[in-house]
Amino acid sequence: MAVKFDIQNLNAWFGSMHVLKNINMKIEENAVTAIIGPSGSGKTTFLRCLNRMHEITPGARVSGKVLFNGINIYDDGVDPVMIRRKIGMVFQKPNPFPMMSIYDNVAVGLKLNGIRDKKILDAAVRRSLELANLWDEVKGALNKSGASLSGGQQQRLCIARALAVEPEVLLMDEPTSALDPIAAAKIEALIRKLAKNYTVVIVTHNMQQAARVSDYTAFFYLGELIEYGPTKQIFENPKHELTKRYITGEFG
Amino acid sequence: MDHYKFRVVKNHLVQFLVYLALFLALVPLFSILYEVVVRGFSTISIEFFIKPTPTVGEVGGGVANAIQGTLITIGLASLIGVPIGLMSGIFLSEYGESKLSVVVRFLHDVLMGIPSIVIGVFAYALITLSIGFSVIAAAFALSVIMIPIVTRTTEEALKLVPMSIREAAIALGIPRWKATVTVVFSGAKKAIVTGLLLSIARIAGESAPVLVTMGFWRWWFAGFDRPVANLALDIFIFAMSPFKNWLTLAWGSALVLILLVLGISVAARVLTKGRY
Repeated sequence: MAVKFDIQNLNAWFGSMHVLKNINMKIEENAVTAIIGPSGSGKTTFLRCLNRMHEITPGARVSGKVLFNGINIYDDGVDPVMIRRKIGMVFQKPNPFPMMSIYDNVAVGLKLNGIRDKKILDAAVRRSLELANLWDEVKGALNKSGASLSGGQQQRLCIARALAVEPEVLLMDEPTSALDPIAAAKIEALIRKLAKNYTVVIVTHNMQQAARVSDYTAFFYLGELIEYGPTKQIFENPKHELTKRYITGEFG
Repeated sequence: MDHYKFRVVKNHLVQFLVYLALFLALVPLFSILYEVVVRGFSTISIEFFIKPTPTVGEVGGGVANAIQGTLITIGLASLIGVPIGLMSGIFLSEYGESKLSVVVRFLHDVLMGIPSIVIGVFAYALITLSIGFSVIAAAFALSVIMIPIVTRTTEEALKLVPMSIREAAIALGIPRWKATVTVVFSGAKKAIVTGLLLSIARIAGESAPVLVTMGFWRWWFAGFDRPVANLALDIFIFAMSPFKNWLTLAWGSALVLILLVLGISVAARVLTKGRY
């Protein structure tokens, strides 16, 4: 398997709170990896460590290595801005830019990186919206506010926005937890489609969702990686007692 | 049932008190506007808008030079005060809770509470004493009044933009400063413009610091190192004078000042109107 991320001895803190403890794992390229675990187990922090978003919170600290395409993103001289351009992120609550049109929401990442050519922007907007399965719904209303869309559409708009800057990886932090089941199903289908060309890491509270969309699953508990392997094995034949208890709903 | 009736009565009582308070707050506003419009309107003519301040004993004349002077003075003050205020507002909101930001915030609050005449005397000592009564000195004093208002309103406006919007921008690989001046600013635009307008309205109505730094001037603009006429100060000088012509001009100036602030406010709203 081609390794996209090789995480070595990763630790993370908020102030004096040690929220990630010595995580070691490899994430495969062009596959979906799900991160599951109860609240407070460090799933979101782990995700935010992968594109250096953790450090923008005041008091947050990281140690260890995250090799992305073989390069440690925490090395001196690595620009976090460039890392984030390669590793896109989708958040728990849809957060389109409220003062911008649908078009501008998708184009903003390119525009602010200096691309002015209308033809390139038009093509990128269309390609990203098509990729996010949203084009057919909004093609006649690209000048409307992004906030005028439904929750599920907004989330797909956020995915299109992240895809527009042509990342290699998409990090998704509980992308469907604020959506109804039909909108969530559309996002799940989209994730499967994206996995052909992108590496997707998804944090989810919904174990059925992890089972449905992911190729690999990692179970986190209290800041530690308890078990990690192919999704089928984790759900059908967990090796660790804690994993088994969490998956069968004994706690969580 | 009795308990329910009691609640209904209580509800009506509180509602009544709220409306009463609203009414009491609006009474002075409308009586001032009424008085200024009625008295000021009768003095307004074409001559009023094209002629400068008349000399004592002269009939007619206008406030054209004061309109020009007020625009120049608040324009120059804004040129100094707005960038500094916006930048400090961004610093306080976006660049965190350092010890420096606590000190800066406190100092702005102190500055906001300093009487404008004191700021006028400060500008007098700093500038007027070396280059004389001048537009520069007055604009400097007014910009000092402006800065804390712009800073604090900008800070509050930016803080209202949800963290998730900043994170979304940063996660797109947009540098922090660019994310601030584009995405975050556009989300806070309306509130920031409101703050700017408040500060402009405030300095347009200041007379004490203008009196100390620039003084009364009856003529047209004659250079930034010279004084210029000013509507707020004219109202004071005209109203204190014993001359009938000047007394009527005071009412006219008051009306023009109100319309000027209103005009700037409407223009700014139209120019910065978002589509959504």
